Amino acid sequence: MEFAKYRCDVSADRFGNVIACKKGKQGGGKLMFAAHMDEIGLMVSQIDEQGFLKFSPIGGCDQRTLLSQEVIVHGRRDVFGVIGLKPPHLTSDEEQKKSVSIADMAIDIGFSQEEAEPLVRVGDIVTVRRKTIELRNDLLSGKSLDDKAGVAALLECAKNLVDYENTHDLYFAATAQKEAGIRGARAAAFNVNPDICVVVDAGFAKMPGLDAFSAIELGKGPAIAVGPNIRYAIFEVLKETAEKNEIMFQIDPIPGMSYTDAMFIQIAGRGVATGLISLPLKYMHTSVETVSMKDVTRAGTLLSCFTRSLNSRDLEMVLCS
Amino acid sequence: MLLKRLTESAGLPGFESGVRGVIMAEIKAHVDSMRVDRMGNLIAVKNERASGPHIALSAHMDEVGLAVKGIDSDGYLRVASWGVDPRILPAKTVLVGKNKIPGVIGFKPWRLTSEAERDKAAKTEDLSIDIGAFTKEEAAELVSPGDYAAFDSEFMEFGAHKIKAKALDDRVGCAVIIGILQSNMPYKISAVFNTQEEVGLRGSSASANQIFADLVINLEGTICADTSGVPEHLRVTTQGMGPAISLSDRTSVYFKKYREAILKTARDNGIPCQFRQTGMGGTDSANFHAAHGGAPVIGLAVPCRYIHSPVSVMDKRDFENTGALTAKFIEYFNQTGGLGRES
Repeated sequence: MEFAKYRCDVSADRFGNVIACKKGKQGGGKLMFAAHMDEIGLMVSQIDEQGFLKFSPIGGCDQRTLLSQEVIVHGRRDVFGVIGLKPPHLTSDEEQKKSVSIADMAIDIGFSQEEAEPLVRVGDIVTVRRKTIELRNDLLSGKSLDDKAGVAALLECAKNLVDYENTHDLYFAATAQKEAGIRGARAAAFNVNPDICVVVDAGFAKMPGLDAFSAIELGKGPAIAVGPNIRYAIFEVLKETAEKNEIMFQIDPIPGMSYTDAMFIQIAGRGVATGLISLPLKYMHTSVETVSMKDVTRAGTLLSCFTRSLNSRDLEMVLCS
Repeated sequence: MLLKRLTESAGLPGFESGVRGVIMAEIKAHVDSMRVDRMGNLIAVKNERASGPHIALSAHMDEVGLAVKGIDSDGYLRVASWGVDPRILPAKTVLVGKNKIPGVIGFKPWRLTSEAERDKAAKTEDLSIDIGAFTKEEAAELVSPGDYAAFDSEFMEFGAHKIKAKALDDRVGCAVIIGILQSNMPYKISAVFNTQEEVGLRGSSASANQIFADLVINLEGTICADTSGVPEHLRVTTQGMGPAISLSDRTSVYFKKYREAILKTARDNGIPCQFRQTGMGGTDSANFHAAHGGAPVIGLAVPCRYIHSPVSVMDKRDFENTGALTAKFIEYFNQTGGLGRES
C-alpha cells in the first residue's frame, strides 16, 4: 500500500500479486516494473511427542545455514523458537564432518506437545528471525532482502515519478511465489499485458569463494543484465539511460536462465520485452543477505530515468530499433 | 534483569573484563573484600570475619566465540574459533571487539553450491566476518587481528518457562553466586569468578590455590539433550527437573559424602534435582579438587540445551532451583558445622 502515497491505484490480482498503477495519457503503451515480495522459509511438517517441530524448506535453502537460527513460527500467534544442534557427546567424529540434514533438525518452541498443539499446526509457515543491521558503507544485512530490496527500488522509482506526467501507463508489480518456482510473475504479466517490463531482482555479488567474473559487486551500482531472458533493445536503453544520467552501473551477463521473474514474464501472454536489473546481493538465501542501500537507490533512479526517456517515444519503435 | 545483563555482555577467554565489570558492580556493596588476581579471576569474600565453616562458590566468566586472525585483501575478517562447532557459524551476526562492530558471517548462495558440497560441514577456515568494509585498510581502521568476535544474541523469554541467550554456560553460575552474595546470609562465603575455563580450566588453576575453604561448590551451565528424538538414557539432564548434581566427569570424581548431603538438602526442602548423567565434559571443579592436597567439591549445574551456541536454552525454574538449593545447602553446611554434626 506504500505505492498509494505516490499517486498509484493499488490492487491485488487473483494470484496475490500487488499491482500499483499510475495511469498515463490515452494512447500510450504499458510499462511494467516487477520485483518479488515473497521470501524463502520453512513449513511445519510435524509436532513431535516432545513438542518439537519438524519442518521442510520452502524455496532454495542450504541446510548448513539453519543450525542455531532463531525462528518465528507463524501459527495462531507468532511463536518464537530455535533450531538446535545436538550436543557433542551424541555426535561422532564422522558426523561432525557432515552437515546436519533438515530431516534431522527440529524447532524448539519451549512447549510440550499439549501446549504446542493449540498454537501451531502442520502447514504453518516459519521464517528466520533476524534483525536487519547496518554495516559499513551503507550496507544493509538481514533476511529476505532478496527481493525486498527490489521492491524498495520500485518504491524509490514511484517516489521519483510522483509529480511526473507519464505518457505510458506505469505498473509496479510486487509479485508472489517467485521462490516457489516463479509463479506470480506469470499471472501478473498476463493480467497487465505490458509492452515492456523491467524486473529488479537480487544478483550474486562478489564474496569470498566467488570469483570476480562470476559475480557483480556491492556498491558499484545496479547491474544491468544481458542474456536470453532479456530483450537486447531494453538492455541498451537501460545502459544508455544510466550513462546519460551518470548513474553508476555494472553489467551482469546471464548467458543462460536468469531464474528471475524476467524468465517467465518474457514468455507470458503474447510475450513481453523484458529488461533485468540485478541488485548486487551477498550471501543469497541466507538470513544475512547483504545489499548496498546506495545500489538500491540508484536502481530506483535508473527506473525513473528509464521511464522519462521513453515518455515521448513510441514503445513499438523502441523495440524495433 | 541480572541474567540479561550478564549474557548480553561479552567475555571471551582472556577478554573477560566486560563480564567482570558487570559482576563487580553487582556485588560491591555486598562483600567485605574484592580483588582481581593475576589471571583476571575475580575473588570476593562476604562476611570475612564470620566464624564457622567456609564455603567457596565458583563459576566461570568466559564464553566460547571467535577470534580475528587477520583481514584479507577485500576487507573480510578471517577467524579462528574457541570451542565453537563450525557447523553453527554460517549466517550469524557477531559483534567484533571492544567497540562491538557489527558483522555477519556470510555463506555461499544456495544456487551456486552442489548437493555434495551442501552435505559437508562448514569449516571455520572457509568462513569470514563481513563488517561491510570494501578494503583491507578500511577494515583495519576498526578491527585488528586478535580482536574477539562474540555472538550477537538477545536474552529472551519464550515457550513455557524458557530462556534463550548466548553464554548461559556459565553466566547462570555467575548469576547464582551474585544472588547469594546479595542475600543477607550471615556465613563466611568466598566467591570465585574464573577466567578461561573454556580453553582448558586455566583461570581456576590459579584461583584454586588462593582459596582456603572447607568446601567448594562449582556452579555451571551443563549439557542437556532432552531434545527431539534423543533416547532418555542419552539426555544427560532434563529441563524442568531441577539442578543437576555431578557424579563424575572427565576431570573430577565427586566425593559421595557431599553429594549425598546436597541430595538430602534438596529432598528436605522439596527442591527438585537430578544427576548429571554423563562422564563427558570438564569443569573448574578439577582444580579446586586437587588444590592444597585435596579439597571437597560439589558440582551443581543448570541444564542448558544447545550449549556453546548463540541460542542456548534453559528453564527458568531450574535456574531458580539451583539458586535455592545452593542457599539451602550453605545454611545446612553451616548449621552442621561443615557436616560434622550431621544428623
